[in-house]
Amino acid sequence: MTAITDSALQAAPATKARGYWATVGRRIVRDKVSIACALVLLAIFLSALLAPWLGLADPYQGSMIRRLRPIGTPNYPLGSDELGRDMLARLIYGGRLSLLIGISPVIFAFIIGTSLGIVAGYVGGKLNTAIMRTIDVFFAFPSVLLAIAISGALGAGIVNSIVSLTVVFVPQITRVAESVTTGVRNMDFVDAARASGAGALTIMRVHILGNVLGPIFVYSTGLISVSMILAAGLSFLGLGTKPPEPEWGLMLNTLRTAIYVNPWVAALPGTMIFAVSICFNLLSDGLRSAMDIRN
Amino acid sequence: MLAYVARRFVYAIPIVLSVALVCFLLVHITPGDPLVAVLPADASQELAAQLRTAYGFDRPLPVQFGLWLWKAIHGDLGNSIATGRPVLSEVLRAVSNTVTLAIAAAAIGFTLGLFFGLLAGYFRDTWIDKVATSIAIAGVSLPHYWLGMVLVIIFSVQLNWLPAVGAGPGGSGEWKWNWEHMSYLVLPAITTSVIPMGIVTRTVRALTGDILSQDFVEALRAKGLQEWHVFRHVIKNAAPTALAVMGLQLGYMLGGSILIETVFSWPGSGLLLNSAIFQRDLPLLQGTILVLALFFVFLNLMVDIAQASIDPRIKRS
Repeated sequence: MTAITDSALQAAPATKARGYWATVGRRIVRDKVSIACALVLLAIFLSALLAPWLGLADPYQGSMIRRLRPIGTPNYPLGSDELGRDMLARLIYGGRLSLLIGISPVIFAFIIGTSLGIVAGYVGGKLNTAIMRTIDVFFAFPSVLLAIAISGALGAGIVNSIVSLTVVFVPQITRVAESVTTGVRNMDFVDAARASGAGALTIMRVHILGNVLGPIFVYSTGLISVSMILAAGLSFLGLGTKPPEPEWGLMLNTLRTAIYVNPWVAALPGTMIFAVSICFNLLSDGLRSAMDIRN
Repeated sequence: MLAYVARRFVYAIPIVLSVALVCFLLVHITPGDPLVAVLPADASQELAAQLRTAYGFDRPLPVQFGLWLWKAIHGDLGNSIATGRPVLSEVLRAVSNTVTLAIAAAAIGFTLGLFFGLLAGYFRDTWIDKVATSIAIAGVSLPHYWLGMVLVIIFSVQLNWLPAVGAGPGGSGEWKWNWEHMSYLVLPAITTSVIPMGIVTRTVRALTGDILSQDFVEALRAKGLQEWHVFRHVIKNAAPTALAVMGLQLGYMLGGSILIETVFSWPGSGLLLNSAIFQRDLPLLQGTILVLALFFVFLNLMVDIAQASIDPRIKRS
């Protein structure tokens, strides 16, 4: 204990004491690309959330004489759409639905898939076989086809499109969760917990969950980009949101007819989908390498 | 090898059956009566009941599934409600157009993906790697239906170089190998190729990096082998995984073509699916999805077998 007075020794445990997540956090803050993406996403999220207070034009108010104005028209900074509605307002308001239908399937699938995967991985045996073989069936469909098939059968609508995308992502997350859990369940600390009399539920909640959540979380963040593209894609096909709601995929669809008149305004909603999708992809990559402490 | 192939085929049977079950159930998760699309709005109760009996919708579900499966095995997927023509022939005709598109897209996407991936993996952490990875990440993040629109805007609307929609002059679905027909394929194929290009690049880059950091590469170099020979070893070791990823991507292109085919009005299985959904033509919807999913299962099977034939480690496990 006398060594504590030695300043060199005092410094050493201080750096060592930093926990895993603190290290990951520090590494990600140093990653310029991740920070830039996080800021772009934050800007899009906040502007969508605060849209009514930003002093924008009414996104539903059309004008038959001011249709398809080009970018840079006074009062229409990003032009107007095929019904004369302000594009800037619609793009910002569009973030509300687009982000909701793009991100919520991954959140739901994360919750369902993680639970299924942990149970399958920890309990093992017949239950594992039952869960994993059922999951396999969904892998027999290309994911776009599965999403289209389910929402096509259920019919158009926001809830249906969220449901169909959740169904697409649950098997993928379950598979990852199961394999991570199988890796953890035979570790000594799990045996120790079992030997000390902990029940299966306690072990899964306390000892497994904390150790598998990280990798599953990173995997799931990578799915958000796909989910954004697919959710907007369903709306683009007419299977998601219904007019006149502002939503990026649906806006692309209704503006398709305008590509001969005012092509660049027609392409605008796609840039929003692209921006969100690429930022989530880069952020997920950044998170992955930040969590890979070996490097 | 033969035993392995046989085993893979046997394993595929339960998958095929469950795929059929999912396709069958799809129709039954639809809200309302499957007959809504064919019944006139003022149809009487008797007419509805008559049609229900005619289509067999009044029987218990397991019986319906059995009958449907039995017919499907014999190549009868029923008739399209909208056109009255057999579903199978409609689907197969459309699928052939999708296959054309997917193969063209695969040729572009896989070539570029392998090229960028090997380059990035070999020159890791150099500017070459950064450029290649940026292209790859843009490829996987692009909403491809939007890219299709942008390409149409540039090359059809502004430059007027290439046709915007359809699969041939006069909207004919007949495919011929001449420039007039090929020009219709260019934009949809490029659009379709972007995602596989990105994914193949990322996979091959990671594989190449992993292989190059292994001890045996160092041993090869220490032995005095020229870089070209080391490269051959890298290719050999990366091939099985790269092949599996490419096979999967080809399957995704075939099965997930609906968005691109809608943008370009390409008369393939995706466009057929689109019209089946919006005309609520359930037999056609069911049949198209079944055929596409079976295609996908078959493709996966072929990839597994190809993988095992070039990588002896897989057979043994």
